[in-house]
Amino acid sequence: MPARRLSIVLAEDSLLLREGLASILDRAGHEVRDAVGDADTLLAVVRKEPPDLVITDVRMPPGHSDEGLRAAAAIRAELPGIGILVLSQYVADAYLSSLLESTTGGIGYLLKDRVGHVTEFLASLDRVADGGTVVDPEVVRQLLARRRDDGPLAALTPRELEVLALMAEGRVNSSIAEQLVVSEAAVRKHVGNIFAKLHLDDGRDRRVSAVLTYLRG
Amino acid sequence: MNTAWAALTSRRYLVSSWPWRSYAYLLSSVPAGAATICVLIGAAAVSALLSPILVGVLLLTAFPLLGVLIGIMERYRARLMMPAGISTPHAQVPQSTGLRERLRFRRREQASVRALGYGFLFGVFLWPLNALFAGVSLAVLAITLVAPFIADDDEIGMGPWTLTTFWEGLLFLVLFGPIWYTVSSYLLGWLAAGQAELAKVMLGPREDELRRNLADLRRSRLDLVDAFETERARIERHLHDGVQQRLVGLTMTLGLAELDLPEGEGRRLVVKAHGEAEAALADLREAVRGIHPRVLIDHGLEAAVREVADRSPMPVTVRMELPRRLPPPIEAAAYFVVSEALGNVAKHAQASRCEVDGWIVDDQLVVTIADDGIGGADPTGGTGLTGLVTRLDALGGTLDLTSPPGGPTRLRMETPCRLDD
Repeated sequence: MPARRLSIVLAEDSLLLREGLASILDRAGHEVRDAVGDADTLLAVVRKEPPDLVITDVRMPPGHSDEGLRAAAAIRAELPGIGILVLSQYVADAYLSSLLESTTGGIGYLLKDRVGHVTEFLASLDRVADGGTVVDPEVVRQLLARRRDDGPLAALTPRELEVLALMAEGRVNSSIAEQLVVSEAAVRKHVGNIFAKLHLDDGRDRRVSAVLTYLRG
Repeated sequence: MNTAWAALTSRRYLVSSWPWRSYAYLLSSVPAGAATICVLIGAAAVSALLSPILVGVLLLTAFPLLGVLIGIMERYRARLMMPAGISTPHAQVPQSTGLRERLRFRRREQASVRALGYGFLFGVFLWPLNALFAGVSLAVLAITLVAPFIADDDEIGMGPWTLTTFWEGLLFLVLFGPIWYTVSSYLLGWLAAGQAELAKVMLGPREDELRRNLADLRRSRLDLVDAFETERARIERHLHDGVQQRLVGLTMTLGLAELDLPEGEGRRLVVKAHGEAEAALADLREAVRGIHPRVLIDHGLEAAVREVADRSPMPVTVRMELPRRLPPPIEAAAYFVVSEALGNVAKHAQASRCEVDGWIVDDQLVVTIADDGIGGADPTGGTGLTGLVTRLDALGGTLDLTSPPGGPTRLRMETPCRLDD
């Protein structure tokens, strides 16, 4: 059973994926309160009774462009307490700006492929529900590629770059330590070095957004 | 030598092919002209006969269509005198139009009536004139050539002279032959060139028709680019809604299976299958990006160019100053130019870095891609850039490549920011 049973509203226009997601969430012990197929219905059910978390596809009827993102922005503006996880068939850092505009409340932006890594996906879900930020590794890769000419970034060691990438994905020190198979103390040391080299404030709560803001230039 | 007129003023006229082209043009007008007048008279007779039952009158209104046929024949024949040919004055009729509509449209065109007028002139006046001049001239030339042999057997009278022996005939050939060839060549040359000019004036496009043809052409090419865009969007949508969704569904199912299976060979295989499904998804995403990149549609050229720059194996500096979004076909063309260029730089240039700049000046979008590589790029080598040139062409844009051996290579594209004519 998960640390906490979340009440979730799911918006995904493909029936196949909607049911696949619902069964994964169900198995994990979460409550899929509503599963809808378009952005308007999503807004309606969320407004009627706010859930803990919203999982939404980006591209949905009727326009099949970025309806999910716009719905997410509307929910964030009206009901900032709800965690929002945006799933997409395709991710690009250009979409981050519309997601990260507000700095309060949990937000996540992941490739749909990540759902298949069930354990990690469920952990991301918990982080978003707890008000954290989760960014797809692919997006982080793009951000790092963009800033590779940058002076301060070039000063980081390869290991520090790995740690920076994992921080940008929204991971906490323990998770980074596990991923890199090092001790948490080592991770803390790397984090300290990174913040010093990039001239950032290591404000513990908002370090993900600090890193992302830095990477987005 | 491009035109008959230039040939006539050239000193090499007599030894060029032009006198013979003139002969061919004038002599071929004889059967063509005779056929034209027969058809015209025949058609007129048929309509006169049928006039009591109204059909004849209707037939008369179809006469301009004969003009269309005469125009086709005469424009073809005029290529003898004008290697560049005469372009058609007729407007393009959309492919979807039915035969009846098409004929009705042609019948009412001014160019058809003009061609019919030319047909009458040609059938009544020009071809008999040509038959006379070219016929006499050719006959005299031929007889002069064989004069020594005829005079050997018999006596022949050539104008004021009577030739009775082989040597008299040969003297005549040597003295009179060149004079006749020169005089007749120039005379017939002027006659033929004049008639070809007349054909051009009457059967070629007037200025407004030229302008309209140009506009037609541009519009049909824009339509093509549009159709291309629409088709790409359809394919992308199809992949997104179909194959991609199924593959994502597959990764979800495999992910769930991994949770349930105990450690062992079975689980190892499922994990492997999961990895393969993810690789297929990544490949598919890459393909979709090449077809119709989502970020271009949602966020415009700069974001899309930055994304493609990020994927490049070498550092790419992107500087774009685009104050506004541009029409989709223009953004797409520019995007694919950058994408193709960066791909080529990575593959061939051995460059250590690359710069992409974009700006708008005088309502023109300019994008340059410059590298510090080895140069020597061949613009005709790859099919990628050639296709893009066609695409830019339809938008009224251009693509220039400078790539001296030793480098650097610089590609510059320019296109109007607007789609209207």
